[in-house]
Amino acid sequence: MIPFDYRRPDDIGTAVATVTGNPRAAFLGGGTNLVDHMKLGVAEPELLVDVTGLTSRDIERLPDGGLRVGAGVRNSDLAADPLVRERFPVLAQALLSGASGQLRNLATTGGNLLQRTRCVYFQDVTTPCNKREPGQGCSALEGYHRHHAVLGASRQCVAVHPSDLAVALAALDAVVRVQGPGGERTIPAETLHRLPGEHPERDTVLEHGELITAVDLPGLPFGPRSRYRKARDRASFAFALVSVAAALDVAGGLVRDVRIAFGGLAHKPWRARLAEDALRGRPAAPDEFRAAAEAELADAQPLRDNGFKVPMARNMLVSVLTELSAEDGAA
Amino acid sequence: MESEISLTVDGVRHDLVVDTRVSLLDALRERLGITSPKKGCDHGQCGTCTVLLDGRRATTCLALAVAHDGADITTSAGLESGGTPHPLHQAFLDHDGFQCGYCTPGQICSAAGMLDEAESGWPSAVTTDLARDPVLDAEEIRERMSGNLCRCGAYVNIVAAISEVAGRRSA
Repeated sequence: MIPFDYRRPDDIGTAVATVTGNPRAAFLGGGTNLVDHMKLGVAEPELLVDVTGLTSRDIERLPDGGLRVGAGVRNSDLAADPLVRERFPVLAQALLSGASGQLRNLATTGGNLLQRTRCVYFQDVTTPCNKREPGQGCSALEGYHRHHAVLGASRQCVAVHPSDLAVALAALDAVVRVQGPGGERTIPAETLHRLPGEHPERDTVLEHGELITAVDLPGLPFGPRSRYRKARDRASFAFALVSVAAALDVAGGLVRDVRIAFGGLAHKPWRARLAEDALRGRPAAPDEFRAAAEAELADAQPLRDNGFKVPMARNMLVSVLTELSAEDGAA
Repeated sequence: MESEISLTVDGVRHDLVVDTRVSLLDALRERLGITSPKKGCDHGQCGTCTVLLDGRRATTCLALAVAHDGADITTSAGLESGGTPHPLHQAFLDHDGFQCGYCTPGQICSAAGMLDEAESGWPSAVTTDLARDPVLDAEEIRERMSGNLCRCGAYVNIVAAISEVAGRRSA
């Protein structure tokens, strides 16, 4: 690890100005990903600006039935929050399916969203990787890529985003609040992360120095009927092969409304709008769910060793929606 | 770059100067000679460096010491009181919850933190009803302890040891 300076400013404005003014500065949250990358040589900041005491650790009620989650709220506290469990079970389940108990106690809401891919080549500085060093080439294209993308990838990068939280937030139409040198702005969670294109080194649309301060969860009347499912190589403490976040509103046997996002399929959480559009107004039935999933996945372009993800994603979506449509209260 | 910090470990305050690169784990082991937390993977994956950090279980290998100035830390060694083992220590002995013992201090601290989390009503990934207080059956314990690896594979006995203590606490 290269030497670095550490600062803990008194306010968010100073933190933002400090990082903005130094291209090699980085914000420090719980550190569970960044410190690991510093040990591996993947990240080499010369200045860490600790924001754990600055961003809010509160979960506030919004007037529309939603919640505002401070960026400093720990993953464990967010998952355990009674209102989150009641109104947005998909969010609690997504968080609980990620990492381990002792990591969730450290990891923050903002930091979770900004964690980087677990592509083995990205994390190994001895192998070429366009995300780590643009222009080096992608080792995963012909290498070990079981975990990699089947949707929206480019020849430059086939990595997937690892956050479970981000998948739930994309499905819930969450809004990310950001403080930057020019003031505050809001970004739909669905568009916070980007597809790799020609610039896989950029995971998100954030500019250097912009700090996530909170995440707003808008009220969703059918939020209580939501769920997160994750398939992985071991039963616990592993990243997703495929994950599904879904919320379903059924009336008179028909789909009145639905929210769907996939994890593990792309460089960003994959909001399944084609599937959602296909389902609205249609019978809440497995064959309809299957057709919607297939519509969403029609453009999938698997690599040599990850073709299993396409039927896995389809089957998981059918299973989750079928379970949600059978829950108490579904008419 | 160096920084002055203080850490209270198992009830004793220590003032020290650390390089900003030093992890909390290395500060404990290499600087303070407190070797109860162990270094396994050093990447947050094995859990053997787990302590109670300000009352909550946390890995110390991915925590920078400088970022935890003023922290109150309890290690497995600090869980005993007046020469009497903690109930988890005794249960691990009674159930042979280890072979080589290297992961044990991390397992003990993680279990202690986990029992408090469950008592506070925190759900886990295998909790089916998020509205109800969880019951710590074997499936719940395995899920909640998945951040602690045991290369000897003493898991069956670890789960038995924790089950016994959990059962006594909820009785």
